[in-house]
Amino acid sequence: MTSLNNLAARSLTDGVPADAADLLGRMWQIRHFENEVMSLFSKNLVRGSTHLCQGQEAVSVGVCWDLRRTDFMTCTYRGHGAVIAKGAPLDGSFGEILGRQIGLCGGKGGSMHLTDISVGALGSNAIVGAHLPISVGSALSSQVQGRDDVSVTIFGDGSTNIGAFHESLNLAAVWKLPIVFVIENNQYGEYSPLASTTPIDQLVRRADSYGMPGVLVDGNDVVAVRAVMNDAVGRARLGLGPTLIEAPTYRQVGHSRSDPGAYRPDGELERWLALDPIPRLASAMVTFGVATSDEVAAIEASARTDVLSALDRALASPIPDDGLRLKDVFA
Amino acid sequence: MTTIYNYRQVISKAIGDEMRADPDVVLFGEDVAAAGGAFKTTPGLFEEFGPNRVRDTPISEQAIVGAALGAAMTGLRPVAEIMFADFAGVCFDQIANQVAKYRYMTNGQVRVPLVIRMANGAGSGFGAQHSQSAENWFLNIPGLKIVTPGTVADLYGLLRASIRDDNPVLFFEHKNLFAIKGEIAGLDSEIVPLGVAAIVREGTDITVVANQQMRHRALEAAEILAAEGISLEVIDPRTIVPFDEETILESLRRTSRLMIVQEGPRDGSWGASLVSRVVTDNFELLDAPPVVLSSEETPVPYAGNLEELWLTSVSEIVEAARRQVRY
Repeated sequence: MTSLNNLAARSLTDGVPADAADLLGRMWQIRHFENEVMSLFSKNLVRGSTHLCQGQEAVSVGVCWDLRRTDFMTCTYRGHGAVIAKGAPLDGSFGEILGRQIGLCGGKGGSMHLTDISVGALGSNAIVGAHLPISVGSALSSQVQGRDDVSVTIFGDGSTNIGAFHESLNLAAVWKLPIVFVIENNQYGEYSPLASTTPIDQLVRRADSYGMPGVLVDGNDVVAVRAVMNDAVGRARLGLGPTLIEAPTYRQVGHSRSDPGAYRPDGELERWLALDPIPRLASAMVTFGVATSDEVAAIEASARTDVLSALDRALASPIPDDGLRLKDVFA
Repeated sequence: MTTIYNYRQVISKAIGDEMRADPDVVLFGEDVAAAGGAFKTTPGLFEEFGPNRVRDTPISEQAIVGAALGAAMTGLRPVAEIMFADFAGVCFDQIANQVAKYRYMTNGQVRVPLVIRMANGAGSGFGAQHSQSAENWFLNIPGLKIVTPGTVADLYGLLRASIRDDNPVLFFEHKNLFAIKGEIAGLDSEIVPLGVAAIVREGTDITVVANQQMRHRALEAAEILAAEGISLEVIDPRTIVPFDEETILESLRRTSRLMIVQEGPRDGSWGASLVSRVVTDNFELLDAPPVVLSSEETPVPYAGNLEELWLTSVSEIVEAARRQVRY
C-alpha cells in the first residue's frame, strides 16, 4: 500500500487519486442512467432496442477521463456510458433515447447512435466493428494536420472477430496513427460466450500481429484503466503509434431488452457482481481514508439526483418537428 | 491555352489541381502513391505532395472507406480510391451504413466531404467480378451523390466539383474510356456542377439518355440515323444523384419519345428509375412507350464476343430508334 491520495496510483490496490470522488460520481451517473433507461423500457417509452452497460462503467470512465474535448472517441451501440463519460449531457442522452427534440441527435439517431461532436463523442455505432476504421480516419486527420489530438475507439470482444478490426489495427500500425484501441471484453458477443467464438482467451495477444503494444488491464478497476490509457494516449500524442488495450469486465444485464441472460452459468453473475467496479472504488476511498462511508453515499445520492433531473428535462422536451425527417440528408 | 489529355491522365490533373488549392485534400488507396495507381490514374501526385497527403494503403477496403469517413468528419477532404468498382462490395457497410447516413443520423452535426473513386464498367475483358456498372447498387441509399463522367472534360470538371462538395460522392471512372481524348485548360471555370445534365447532340424525334460508354454509342447511332431523317437528342445525365430531370423533361416536350441506353441489367437501374418517374409524373409528355436498352440480366461474361453481346450495341440502338419513331 502506498500513500493516500496517490496521484501515481496504477490500481485500486495502490491507492486512489485526488479526484476519486469525481470518478465515483460519474460512474454512479452512468449506472443510474442505465437503470432509468431499463425502467423507461418497461414503460414502453423507448422504441426498438437498447443495449445497457451496467457493470462496465470503469471502462467508459477510465478510458475517457483524461481525454481532451478535442480528442475523438467512438464506441459501440452499448455506448451510453462511454458517450456520457466523454462529456455528453445526461438530458441530451436521455432525450435521444426517448426520441425528443432535446436529444443529442434531435431524435434522429436513437439509443444506438448517441453522438455529441462538441465533446469529441464522434459516434456510437450500430454495426459491430464499423467504428474502428472511422476512428482510424479521425486519427489520420490529427496526423495530417499536425495536431496532437488522439483518437480512441472502444469496442467489444465480439468486434475482434470482424474484418474491420483487423483492417483497422493493421492500417493504424502501418501509418503509426495516434489512436488507442480498447477491447471492452464483457465476456459475451451478444448471447455467445467468448470461448465459443474465439480460440484464444487473451484477445490482447492480437496486438502482436499488428506490431503494436498490447496491454491487459482489470476492466473493473477504474484507476487501473485510467493509468494504462494515459500510457497509451501519451505514446499516441508523441507520435509513437497505436496501442491495443484489453479491459475484461462484465455485462451485468442481457444483450438487449429481449434477453434475460439465461445462458449464463450458475454463479457467474454473482462472482462478477462481487467485483462491481463502483463499490470497489467506493470501498477503496474509504480504506485509503479519502472519504467516509457517509461521503461516498452522498456522492451516489447526488449522482442519482443529477440523473433524475436530467430525465425530467428530457421527458418535458417535445417530440421532433415532422419536418426534421427531411433535413440533413445532404449538407 | 488548352492541353490534350486522355481520360486516364486527366484524373491526376484534377486531383492535383484541388490538392494545390486546398491543403486538406488528401489521396489514399491501394497503389495510388508510389506506383501511381493500378490504372496509372494518379502518377506524379506522390512526388509532388509527399507521403503525408498521398498514401498507399493495404488491401483493406473497409479501412480505406471508413478512414475516409472519419477523416472527412474531422477536417480533411479525402479522395479514396478502391480500384475496381466491384470492390465496393467488400466495403458495402461503410458506404451504405456509415458514409451515407452519418450526417443524417447525427442531425447535421458533421459534414462528410469525401470522394470514393472507382473504376467502373464492362468492355475490357476483366470478367464478372471486375466489370460491373456499380453505380446502380447505390441508388436506393439516400445520402450518396453518384457521378459517372463520360468525357475528358466532364471527368476533369466533375472530379474537381466532387472534391469541393461537402457531401460523400461516389465517383465512377469508366475503364473502357481511359483512352479517349479531350482538351482542357485547367481552369476553375471548367468545374462542372453536380446535378446538371449535358445535351450532347440536339435533335427532335427521340430523347436518348445515356451515360459513360453508352453515351458514345448513342452518338454513333444518332449519326447513322440522321442519314435516314431520324433525329436523336442525346443527353448525358453525367450525375445520377442528384439527377437533372428537368433537362430530360424539357427535351421530352420537344420529342415526346424517351429512350434510355445504359450499361448493366435493367432491374434496379437508374434508367428504370427514370422511366418510372417520367411515366408516373409526366405521362402526358409521351407519345410512345419508353424504351430502355440495358444489358442482359446476367453477370458480365468474359469472352470477347459474349461480353460485346452483353453490352448494348450501336445497331441495337439504331433498330430500337427506328421502331420507336414508327410507333
